[in-house]
Amino acid sequence: MRKFSFGKYALAIYSLLAIIYLLIPIGYTFAFSFNDSVKSNISWRGFTLDKWTGVCNQQGVCEAFANSVLIGVISTVIATTLGTMIAIALVRYRFKFRSAVSLLLFLPMATPEVVLGAGLASQFLSMGTQKGLLTIIIAHVMFCLSFVVVTVKARVASLDPSLEEAGRDLYGSPTQVFWKITFPLLLPGIISAALLAFALSFDDFIITNFNAGPETTFPKFVYTAAARGIPAEANVIGSAVFILAIAIVMTVQIRTSIKQKRLSK
Amino acid sequence: MAFAAFGQNTGPSAKAPPKSGRVAWILLLPGLMYLGLFFLTPLFSLIITSLQVPDVSGEIGRYQYGFAIENYWLVIESYWPHIIRSFTYALAATVLALLISYPLAYFIGVKARRRPLLQGLMLTLVIAPFFISFLLRTIAWKQIFSNESWIVNTLQSTGLLAGDQYLVGTPFMVIFGLTYAFIPFMTLPIYSTLERLDIRYLEAGADLYASPVTTFRKITLPLSLPGIISGTLLTFIPIAGDYVNASRDFLGSTETAMIGNVVETNYLQINDYPAASALSVLLMLAILLLVTFYVKRSGTDDLL
Repeated sequence: MRKFSFGKYALAIYSLLAIIYLLIPIGYTFAFSFNDSVKSNISWRGFTLDKWTGVCNQQGVCEAFANSVLIGVISTVIATTLGTMIAIALVRYRFKFRSAVSLLLFLPMATPEVVLGAGLASQFLSMGTQKGLLTIIIAHVMFCLSFVVVTVKARVASLDPSLEEAGRDLYGSPTQVFWKITFPLLLPGIISAALLAFALSFDDFIITNFNAGPETTFPKFVYTAAARGIPAEANVIGSAVFILAIAIVMTVQIRTSIKQKRLSK
Repeated sequence: MAFAAFGQNTGPSAKAPPKSGRVAWILLLPGLMYLGLFFLTPLFSLIITSLQVPDVSGEIGRYQYGFAIENYWLVIESYWPHIIRSFTYALAATVLALLISYPLAYFIGVKARRRPLLQGLMLTLVIAPFFISFLLRTIAWKQIFSNESWIVNTLQSTGLLAGDQYLVGTPFMVIFGLTYAFIPFMTLPIYSTLERLDIRYLEAGADLYASPVTTFRKITLPLSLPGIISGTLLTFIPIAGDYVNASRDFLGSTETAMIGNVVETNYLQINDYPAASALSVLLMLAILLLVTFYVKRSGTDDLL
């Protein structure tokens, strides 16, 4: 028995170390957002809040960030709409060529990003399309779509169809049944899919780099800056986004656990 | 998780009477047409570009349609070390990520099951790296292991590294960065299979006098196999195509360049579109072959 409990602690310690390993670069990025650096942000030169209060003083950081948010929001709205429709069709309807449709949805997730990026870029090149915001958004919707389908599909599958039947029995029109019953029940799944899509879009660099042309995004800014040293202001943006995202995840988790407690009573 | 999700429950749910016909296609078509236009057509476009020949005008970066199959031999000849390197790095990083992720996923999914708060917290911490820019995380490692860092100084003074040896720019560092970046992609799918594992099976194993090792090998491991398969695919594929970690401005050097780096340089800097496209097509084919073979061997045919 003693050996067994030792094994238990070993596993706990191993897991703790793994988690610490995962968190080290986050802590580092956060700490160096307070660095009183001049040009490159490599060695520690003292604590300052200046980089936080004057993020936009650094040329290009805020423009890149605003671009990324804009691209993220538009791509998320389009990808979530198209993806939710597909997810509903996959679970609720019978149709021909199902396996071909599944394959088409699976393939973008199994394709390396360089291939997706270079492929779209050569299509834009042969069509003579000018690269810019529009081409970035087209690319982002493409790679977010399948992830939205997977996320929403799980929620549709767990939905009890008898609730919609009840709606129809009470003479609700198909539109009414959808907006009053199906949609609200799907909403948690749609929200998590949208958050995932936004996160994927916001952090994408590889595909964006092939299709951005002169346009810049936050990851592209960081990549370009890496050659001469990344300014601390980039760390500020990264840390602020991190704090916001963690706050959203925590809120969602707490809300669901409260709901579950209420339901189990 | 994504890969596993496509395998399961693809048909209409048993509870709902499956509806058929036009409505399904109205829901499907916009999204599928989008993928046709911006995913499938680009792949064909890539194949066409890979066969192009230099323009008669001789201008740099201008190409015309052709059927230059030799483009493929040329890129294999020039870049075979990069191709081998990409797959070696991807294999090493995937194995390392599995070794780190499996025990972690087991702890969160099985041991922490009776403490929902701990489980939730640990899961949040596992996905926490997703919320901070991938590039900033990679740069953080570069600076932590930079030539002037205390880690390198300590290694040099203890003799583990020679005085003129550094970490940044070495294959070790690139594999380290790749492993780090993709651990959550490995941990989450394994966690989601282990989380559903019925503990009574393990108790039954122990009751029948199986050693913990045997119980693990005969029960836990086979039952978590779908998670391992999705996890390894979700890490291996993006790693094989990654070019950030191996880039000279991040953790690599010219000696660590992978396929992705070559594609980027050829496409975006030298404008040698045919070579970049031929390499991309080769990478895509290799990945598809590998996925099909791997999925067949592991006996989960319903994945595709």
